[in-house]
Amino acid sequence: MLKLEKRPQPSRLWTWVTPLLAVVITMLAGGALFAALGKDPVEAIATIFWQPLFGEFAFYYRPQLLIKGAPLILIAIGLSLGFRAGIWNIGAEGQYIVGALTGAGVGLAFYPTESVLIFPLMVLAGALGGWAWAMIPAVLKLRFGTNEILVSLMLVYVAEQLLAAMALGPMKNPEGMGFPGSRNLRQYESAHNAELITGTGMHWGVVAAFIAVIFAYVLLTRHSLGYHIRLTGQAPRAARFAGVRPARLVLVCLGTAGALAGLAGMFEVSGPAGQVSIDFNVGYGFTAIIVAFLGRLHPLGILLAGLLMALTYIGGEIAQSNMGLPAAAIQLFQGMLLFFLLAVDVLTNYRIRLARREVA
Amino acid sequence: MTTPLLSISGLTKAYPGVVANDAVSFDIMEGEVHALLGENGAGKSTLVKMIYGLVKPDSGAMALHGAPYAPPDPHAARKAGVAMVFQHFSLFEAMSVAENVALGMEEPPRLRDLATRIKDVSETYGLPLDPGRIVGDLSAGERQRVEIIRCLLQDPRLLIMDEPTSVLTPQEVEILFQTLRKLSAEGVAILYISHKLEEIRSLCDQATILRQGQNVGTCLPRETSAREMAEMMVGSSFAAPERASRAPGEVALEITGLSVASPSAFGTALKDIHLSVQAGEILGLGGVAGNGQDELLAALSGELPSDAGAIRLNGTPIGWLGPTARRELGLLAAPEERLGHAAAPDMSLTENAFLTGAQREGLTARGFIRWTAARAFARAIIERFDVRTPGPDVAARALSGGNLQKFVIGREVLQRPRVLVVNQPTWGVDAAAAAAIRQALLDLAANGAAILCISQDLDELMEISDRFGALNEGRLSEIRPAQGLSVEEIGLMMGGAHGMEVAHV
Repeated sequence: MLKLEKRPQPSRLWTWVTPLLAVVITMLAGGALFAALGKDPVEAIATIFWQPLFGEFAFYYRPQLLIKGAPLILIAIGLSLGFRAGIWNIGAEGQYIVGALTGAGVGLAFYPTESVLIFPLMVLAGALGGWAWAMIPAVLKLRFGTNEILVSLMLVYVAEQLLAAMALGPMKNPEGMGFPGSRNLRQYESAHNAELITGTGMHWGVVAAFIAVIFAYVLLTRHSLGYHIRLTGQAPRAARFAGVRPARLVLVCLGTAGALAGLAGMFEVSGPAGQVSIDFNVGYGFTAIIVAFLGRLHPLGILLAGLLMALTYIGGEIAQSNMGLPAAAIQLFQGMLLFFLLAVDVLTNYRIRLARREVA
Repeated sequence: MTTPLLSISGLTKAYPGVVANDAVSFDIMEGEVHALLGENGAGKSTLVKMIYGLVKPDSGAMALHGAPYAPPDPHAARKAGVAMVFQHFSLFEAMSVAENVALGMEEPPRLRDLATRIKDVSETYGLPLDPGRIVGDLSAGERQRVEIIRCLLQDPRLLIMDEPTSVLTPQEVEILFQTLRKLSAEGVAILYISHKLEEIRSLCDQATILRQGQNVGTCLPRETSAREMAEMMVGSSFAAPERASRAPGEVALEITGLSVASPSAFGTALKDIHLSVQAGEILGLGGVAGNGQDELLAALSGELPSDAGAIRLNGTPIGWLGPTARRELGLLAAPEERLGHAAAPDMSLTENAFLTGAQREGLTARGFIRWTAARAFARAIIERFDVRTPGPDVAARALSGGNLQKFVIGREVLQRPRVLVVNQPTWGVDAAAAAAIRQALLDLAANGAAILCISQDLDELMEISDRFGALNEGRLSEIRPAQGLSVEEIGLMMGGAHGMEVAHV
C-alpha cells in the first residue's frame, strides 16, 4: 500500500524537480491523447517542443518565443506577488486590456506629432491604466470586504466591452475606410514599440519582463516588503503579529500586478499587435495564472515557465496547421500541464512510502 | 482475583522518527479511577487513542472483560462501552446542548425525549445543565459537562478523560471530582489523564506513569508523594527556578479602562481592564481559557488597536500604535499559539528570528534585510536558550513544541524588552524546558524588565509572579500579592464555579 508521509520541511530538491516531472507526465498523457485522436504521438510532441526551436522554420519561430513569452512573464510576475500573499487577482486580462487602451490612447492623441517623449508617456499611461483597473477590486475589498477574485474577474468582461467600444468608436481609425480598429501604431514611429535588434523578437516589453524578473527576485529574497508578502501568504496571523498592515499589502500587490499587466498590454498594442482592435486580447492574462503557478511563484521559475508556455503556444499552432490537430486538443494539452503540476506538487511536502497494512 | 475490565499488554505504536508507545502494559479494574501520568509527549494521548479506536497499534493486544478487544474505529469502541471526553471539545457553538448531544449519537431520539434524558442524567450525577441553552453561551466547565453527559448517555463501562481540569477553576474541579467518584462507586472505570500530581493524589486509586512511550512504573497515588511521582515522570531531578529578591521600580506598563471588542464572533471582549506593571516585577494573570487572554495579548502586542490613552508605556500613550512601533518603544510580546502566530511554520528559524527582531536588532538597512545579521541573531537565540535543532536554516515546524517555544520566548527576551507580555509561555512544553523558560522570565525581571505573564497554569503563576490577578469573561479581578494566596481565593478570583452550582433545570 502506498502511503503519503509529511516531510518535516519542504524538500528543496523536489521544489525544482516537480515542474520537470509535470512536463514529462504531460508529454506522456498528451501523447496518449494525440494517439487516441489518431495522430502519431511522437511526431505531435516533437512538433510542439522541437519544431519551434530547432525545426526548419526556427528562424521565424524563435523570435516568437520572446514575443509571446514576454507578456506572459510580465503579467505572471505581478500576479505571483499577490498569489504569494494570498491575494487572488484573476483579472489580469482586464488590466492588460485597459493598459493597452490607455497606452494606445496617449499615442493616438499625439498623432501625428513626432517626439521621443511620446513612447515613454505611453509606457507611463499603460502602467497607470492597468494600475487603476486593479485598484477597483482593491478598494472595494478594503472598503466593503468584497471578494477580489469575483470583482477582478468580472472587470475582465467590462474591459472587453470597453475595448470593443473604443475600437468601434473614439479610437477608430478615421482613415480606416469604416473598418473597426485604431490606426496602426507600427506606422507611427514615435509610438512604435519596435524590435530593438532585428530578427530577435527583442522589444521593450521583453526588456521590461527581464527587469521585472530581477526586481521581483530581489524584492522577495532581500527586501522586507517581499518578506512581508511571503509571511502574509504563509501565516496571516503571524504577519499581523509582525506588524504587517494587510490593507497596505492588498494595495501594493494588486497595484503592482495591475501596473505590470497594463505595461504588457501597452507593449503588445504598440508592437506585435500594432492596433487597438476588437479581438486584441488573446488570453495572456489568464494564461499568466498558469505560468505563475508553473513557475512556483518564483521569479526565475516564472521566466522559464513563461518561455515554456510560449513554446507550447507556438508549437501548438504548428501542430494545428501541419498535423490537423484540433485547437481544443492543444488547449487540453496546456491545461494538463497545470493539472499535473498541482498533482505532483504534493511531493514537495510529502514523500511516498510503501507501507504494510496496519495490524488491526 | 477478578478479571480486569480492560487489560493492555505490549501495546506499541511508532510514528516516523519517534516511538510513541513502546510495549505498554497495564490493567484497569472495574470501578477504578486509574491515572495515566506523564509529561507532554510521553505517549499518553497515543495510548488512549488506541483504546478509543482512533489509532491502530503496530503490535500488542487489549482485552475487555477478558475478551479480545481491537476497535477498528471509535464507533466500535463506544459500542463496547468505552467513552472518551477530549481535552478540546467538539461542540457546535451555535447549537443548543440537546442538539449537540444528538449529533454525537448513533440513533438520536426525538429532541424532547433527549432533553428529558439529559435532565435525568445531569441530576443523577450532580451536573446541572439546561438542554435548551446555546453552547456558545456556556462556560468551559459547562461545555465539558455537555461532553461528559454525551458519554454518560451511552452507559459506558470505561470513561476516558483527557486533561479534564485544564479548563476548570478549582471549584469546578471539585464538582467534577464528585461526579467521577459517584461514577466509580457505580462500577464505571475511569482512565484519567493528567500531569497535575495533587489532583491525581486526591482522586485516583492507581497510577501508571509513562515516560518516552514506556511504562516506567505504577504506584498508589495516595501513598506516593508528588515529588516522587514527578521524578518518575521526568526520570531525573531538575533545578527549580530561583527567584532573586528585587525591588520593583517605576510603573512601566499601565492599562486604564481598556475595552475592546473581540475580532472573532465567539471571542471575548475585554471590559474595562485596569492594571499596571512595574519595572522588575512579574504580574501573573490566571483564568480559564477563552476569558479574554488572546484578546489581551493582541491588545498589548498592537494587533488589536484601542484608545491611545488606554495603554501607556513609561507614560507614553501607545494604544493606537501598531506592533512595529510598539516594538521600537520596547513593548514585546509572545503569543500562545507558536505555529502560525508567534512563528511561521514553513519559514526557517532565521526568517522567524527576523519576524519580530527586525526593528530592535537592526536587521534591516533601508528596507533591505540583513540576512547575515538575522542568521547571527537566530544562532544567538539557539545557543542562549538551548534550542535543539540542526541549525538556523531549519523550518520552524520541524522543531518540537518545547524547542520552538524556547526559540519564541528567547527571541523576545534577547531583544532586551522594557515590557514583555507572554501568553501560556510553557504550554505543551516538557518540565525541563518549562523550568528554563520560567528562569529566563525571572532573570529578565531581575534585570529590570516588567513582565506580564498570562497563563492557565496556576502552579507556574504562583512560582514566578509577584502579584496575581485573574481574567474572567473579559474582566480583570482585583490584583493581589501572589504570596499567601490560597487555592480557594484564587478560584474565587477566577470566577468561582462560574455560577455552576446554580442548576438551570
